[in-house]
Amino acid sequence: MKYTLSVLVENHPGVLSRVAGLFSRRGFNIDSLAVGVTEDPTISRMTIVVNGDDYIVEQVTKQLNKLIDVIKIKKLNPKEAVERELALIKVNANSQTRSDIIQITEIFRANIVDVSKETLTIEISGDEDKIEALIELLKQYGIREVVRTGLIAIERGTKVITKSKSEEDD
Amino acid sequence: MKRKMTVARAMVEVLKSEGVEIIFGIPGAAIYPFYDALYSSDIKHVLVRTEQAAAHEASGYARTTGKVGVCVATSGPGATNLITGIATAYMDSVPIVAITGQVNSSLIGKDVFQEVDITGATAPFTKHNYLVKDPKKIVKVLKEAFYIASTGRRGPVLIDVPIDVQMQEIEFELPKEIDIPGYKPKERGHPLQIKRAVEAIENSQRPVICSGGGVIASKASEELKTLVEKQKIPVISTLMGIGSIPTDHPYYLGMIGSHGQKEANIALRQADLLIVIGARLADRALGDTKITENMKIIHIDIDPAEIGKNVDTNIPIVGDAKQVLSEINKRISERKDFWAQEIKAQKKEIKEDGNLHPYDVLKEISRAYNGDYIITTDVGQHQIWAAHNVYIKEPGTFITSGGLGTMGYGVPAAIGAKFGRPDKEVISITGDGSFQMLLQELATIKREQVPIKIVLFNNTRLGMVYELQKKRCTGRFIATCLDGNPDFMILAKAYGIESLRLESKEKLKEAIEIMKNHNGPFLLEVVTSPDEPTIP
Repeated sequence: MKYTLSVLVENHPGVLSRVAGLFSRRGFNIDSLAVGVTEDPTISRMTIVVNGDDYIVEQVTKQLNKLIDVIKIKKLNPKEAVERELALIKVNANSQTRSDIIQITEIFRANIVDVSKETLTIEISGDEDKIEALIELLKQYGIREVVRTGLIAIERGTKVITKSKSEEDD
Repeated sequence: MKRKMTVARAMVEVLKSEGVEIIFGIPGAAIYPFYDALYSSDIKHVLVRTEQAAAHEASGYARTTGKVGVCVATSGPGATNLITGIATAYMDSVPIVAITGQVNSSLIGKDVFQEVDITGATAPFTKHNYLVKDPKKIVKVLKEAFYIASTGRRGPVLIDVPIDVQMQEIEFELPKEIDIPGYKPKERGHPLQIKRAVEAIENSQRPVICSGGGVIASKASEELKTLVEKQKIPVISTLMGIGSIPTDHPYYLGMIGSHGQKEANIALRQADLLIVIGARLADRALGDTKITENMKIIHIDIDPAEIGKNVDTNIPIVGDAKQVLSEINKRISERKDFWAQEIKAQKKEIKEDGNLHPYDVLKEISRAYNGDYIITTDVGQHQIWAAHNVYIKEPGTFITSGGLGTMGYGVPAAIGAKFGRPDKEVISITGDGSFQMLLQELATIKREQVPIKIVLFNNTRLGMVYELQKKRCTGRFIATCLDGNPDFMILAKAYGIESLRLESKEKLKEAIEIMKNHNGPFLLEVVTSPDEPTIP
């Protein structure tokens, strides 16, 4: 089972390594980890996808909470959150295959962001399944390279995860 | 009011503002500005002989005084030598602040002479650490370090300061308050959970309390005693919890676990409710988690991450043990019967055989001093002998490396303890293996004239492993015989320390009296059979 954790941390050098280090030394597996600064430049948000059971996710949450730089953690309910990932896919393309690939890209509402004589680079954002489906379809043409950001997520509606304590926060 | 001064000077000023009276360490080129600033302060500096001992001495000092212990080292090897001491403090939740010098900030990352990424190296076993590159942040960082080390679940904090930063000038002003957004320790237990705990205790037939080091750290011994006596609950302890209740208390059954007392383990197995207080129940304490499968568990701990980590918990209570227990005591009723009476009565008496055994020595020490001492131990058979046989009257007077199991801890911890509590007799119980891990601290004892007593059980073995090889490897002993041990009495003499060798039971009382009456440091070597078991 996969769990998505939204984690607010202080925007210091070394925080990412502390978080990543905690996962490795406690034996937890990270599926993906995306990090970026928030509306407050002193705070960053990490979106961490963890694979495991309830015990694992509870332990991850508690151990992360022990880190002094970690301000807040919330386990997101997938039904109540918008989850997105960005991927760039470089695929082989020649005069015979090019129009097929463009058609597929349009069906997926993805964009072609770079073209060369031998390749097309496609940008796609969406949930993990959508990106996997596009990659699967493009495999027949020969994928040269895939770059994925890892999942980012935000709660639907008016709920927010902030530095200050609120009812929504764990 | 703001004053101009160097970062090094500001570091000393913050230490003074935190009430630091003593520092353990060794100088080096990357920390010399700090030492120079220390020269004109009235903070005492104890020059140790290896940095690991500095951390252990700070730990012994912290555990006996309740204050934060401070140790200092230079960059590179000085800093890495601190690591075992820092990890030991982390595992036993001891508040220490370690200050390390770092190479010039413009050279960081270039693998220059005596450079090491000490914040990276210690991240897994410090409560928090800092590399201070901005001189203006030093005051805030140091204040935060003391706050973090001494609050919530206590632990070590490391501050790494590049030498050029130490020399820069800043406007010095102490911060009015500490506010760390991600660090808000929760001390008050949830009222509803406390209510549930009271009901569970009152409805249980065979409750047992497992008392850990957290009870001692939070100074909750009186509250523990009140609960125990009101509800007549047997108490078992972890190694770190020894002394949380006097070891001669009628409801104390002993230490649990693979090296624990039989009565304590029987009581644990028969319990229908286990109340864990300030303990994590690691593998040595509770090897088989199936034992607790059919019992209800209340777990009280200031660190929420400990609750549910090793055993499933029915009633978790996050909070300070003293506060939570006093809330429970306000609501709890009185119980009439002590259900574990029969278990306690089964306590095995050891038969006299005329030979000198470690337990004879430890019981004689207990009798001669009547518990008016601080005991520190190293790690090995002698640690278990002490855990089983030494009378501990007051909390915080049994100091041992319970978590990391660090050989070499006992003597430096005793030095720190004596500096912290000069009014107390301090006795370090050690073994020949452990003692030789940090015996250079005899030089610190001599230089500072620290009047500690060292009781050295010499069986020329790494006894714990030797015993394991005897049982599990059908006597295929490898690398556990310490042939080549020095003559410890000559060694003590070389350091100017009085000593005595004890080889027979007839001389036991006399030897302990000589040690007790000696004014100054003293080494008592007890010659012990290699086949003396941990548990008779």
